[in-house]
Amino acid sequence: MLIDPRTFANRRETALIQSDEESPAIAQEFIVANRLGIHARVAAQIVKVACRFDSEISIAKSEVAANAKSILDVLSLLCPYGTKVFVTARGPDAAQALHALAALFQTKFGEP
Amino acid sequence: MNDHSSLTVKGIGAAPGIAIGKAFLLEHGRIPVPRYRLFGEQAVADECKRFEQAIAEAEADLETIKKSIRSEFKEHAKLLEVQQMILRDPSIYGESLRCIKEERANAQLAVTKSLRKAKELFSSLSNDEYAQSRIADVNAAGERVVRILAGHNHTNLENIHERSVIVAHDLSPGDAIQLQAGRTLGIVTEIGGIFSHTSIVARSLGIPAVTGAENAVRLISQNDIVIVDGRTGVIIIDPSESELQFYANRQYEMEAYLKLISRHAHLPAQTSDNHRVSAEANIEVLEEIVAAKDNGAEGIGLYRTEFFFMNRAELPDEESLYRDYHDLAELMAPSQVTIRTLDLGADKLTSWCPTLEEANPALGLRSIRLCLHYQEIFKTQLRAILRASATARNIRLMLPLISGMAEIYQAKHILREVQAELSRKRIPFDKDMPFGAMIELPSAVAMADLLAQEVDFFSIGTNDLIQYSIGIDRSNEHVAYLYEPLHPGVLRLIKQAVDAGHDAGIPVAVCGEMAGEPLYVPILLGLKIDSFSMNPVALPRVKNLIRRSSMKECCRFVNKVLRMRTATEIQQAVSKMVMRNFPEEFRVFDQNWAENATLPVLKKSSC
Repeated sequence: MLIDPRTFANRRETALIQSDEESPAIAQEFIVANRLGIHARVAAQIVKVACRFDSEISIAKSEVAANAKSILDVLSLLCPYGTKVFVTARGPDAAQALHALAALFQTKFGEP
Repeated sequence: MNDHSSLTVKGIGAAPGIAIGKAFLLEHGRIPVPRYRLFGEQAVADECKRFEQAIAEAEADLETIKKSIRSEFKEHAKLLEVQQMILRDPSIYGESLRCIKEERANAQLAVTKSLRKAKELFSSLSNDEYAQSRIADVNAAGERVVRILAGHNHTNLENIHERSVIVAHDLSPGDAIQLQAGRTLGIVTEIGGIFSHTSIVARSLGIPAVTGAENAVRLISQNDIVIVDGRTGVIIIDPSESELQFYANRQYEMEAYLKLISRHAHLPAQTSDNHRVSAEANIEVLEEIVAAKDNGAEGIGLYRTEFFFMNRAELPDEESLYRDYHDLAELMAPSQVTIRTLDLGADKLTSWCPTLEEANPALGLRSIRLCLHYQEIFKTQLRAILRASATARNIRLMLPLISGMAEIYQAKHILREVQAELSRKRIPFDKDMPFGAMIELPSAVAMADLLAQEVDFFSIGTNDLIQYSIGIDRSNEHVAYLYEPLHPGVLRLIKQAVDAGHDAGIPVAVCGEMAGEPLYVPILLGLKIDSFSMNPVALPRVKNLIRRSSMKECCRFVNKVLRMRTATEIQQAVSKMVMRNFPEEFRVFDQNWAENATLPVLKKSSC
């Protein structure tokens, strides 16, 4: 299966969002708690929230990370119920972004 | 070739007739993707712009579809949102732009390539249903863009070059409007019922249709030969020689019969004992006048004016409305034409009115209420109608969704204002233009005796009257079975409205679908309806039955019917009566008539 490395390799790059002097990266761990996991509509919610912020935001699962502003990227992470994910944000509004995403995860995306 | 097995799917017979032809699957139209290299910076910049515009257009399309989705399918709206996000996803949007700029690929090729990568990513992850449905999302979003780039806008309905049977999950109202009667042999959809939008459009175009055929899209492949029986709801995929012969014979029989009665369609709608009624046409665009006249319409009983207000960015100006109404009056003169003022909900006019959060638009700001609220729209339309009324003095003005006297007073007041303004400007109009009310709400029936003193005619809109009096949304499949035109309560309401109208000396028409249903002819005649207004294609059959009915017998029959207790009982009585009086009509249109006649109305064939 040939996947152009330029398209999706950036997942690895986003995974490694690093702190630098100007803008430190902050991160938080969540567990996907809704029964259906991150399916299309949930991913849409995440992306919608992420896109409101200027910061770079990634969602990582074990080795791989996804750009939280790309629905295809988020969906390709495959996060069923119980998956442990690591959300990282870096940029001017990183704290707010993380806060908003935390709210989504904690309310189980409004699902059972 | 008798050994091969055909496949039969059962749906709901939604529009009568038999179609035999090649299937055209609406959703999976593949579009050829041209590939070329862009030459020069300017070409690249232009292509980027073209790509951006296509994405924006696709987004707007999805937005429109989202708005048109009924509340019970809100889940679908969310999936469309996913598609919208996919359009803007970096791995589609960003990657396509990169491909155009760096590889100098044309936009279609760039999009196709990025789509393929995304799909490969998902299929490399897993092969389960999850990945499959993600791929389906990506496809749906991508194909829309590719279609726009290829110049195949919105839907591929226009690309049908052969006469075929259209097979789709569902037809949106937008799709249905684009159906071309000449090229569409039949319609099959997976969802919908007898009274869904698709069915109504199909019946009005005289196209055989079956709705609610589960899995039709999966079972039927592009170019399969299919038989669609719009009477019984049967779809036969890849039919055998003997099945083909059987249905071809039925088809021939039906067409021969229709041809025969169409030859007499121009004769007046007069019963065998010389009671004269009027048979008129409901139309929406001027082009339908040809069909109306061909089928023997004695006038236009309902001109729907919504068409001009929908699907456009700006309010239509008075001049274009005037030209339309003027042409209508001129083409139909000296026969009368009844123009209904704007009958739309606020949700359809989002370009001009503020969007309202209405939990229940059917009970919301719509129709005459909307017109009285946004008076400028109403006045513009009234001015156009009044000016056109001078053309041949054959225009009647009709107000929809009247609930009581206040709306009549208010509308008349506005009409007088507009008339005064025209007089001041010395613009001619018909001062005696009849002013009528549609009777669609139970409260209007209760007030009919007083309303009749203020207006010149009534026209009963049975579709809405049935919905509002029984209290059901007929597009809601869970309660659609309660949509019973022969409900004794509905018949009593109709009788009350007719009697009130006649007591005041004004004529009463029916312009709902009941008027175009041959089965109901004896009932409506017996209720003393003066004018039947219907889809043009229904005219020959209804006129034929009117001419063969005896008014005396119908009145006696209705007296008996009005004492019955349930819709089922009435349905059976009606079936028995028409079977006895017009056996040939039902031999041709419903093979299972005798069987259906004994079943509850729920199973009623829609012939």
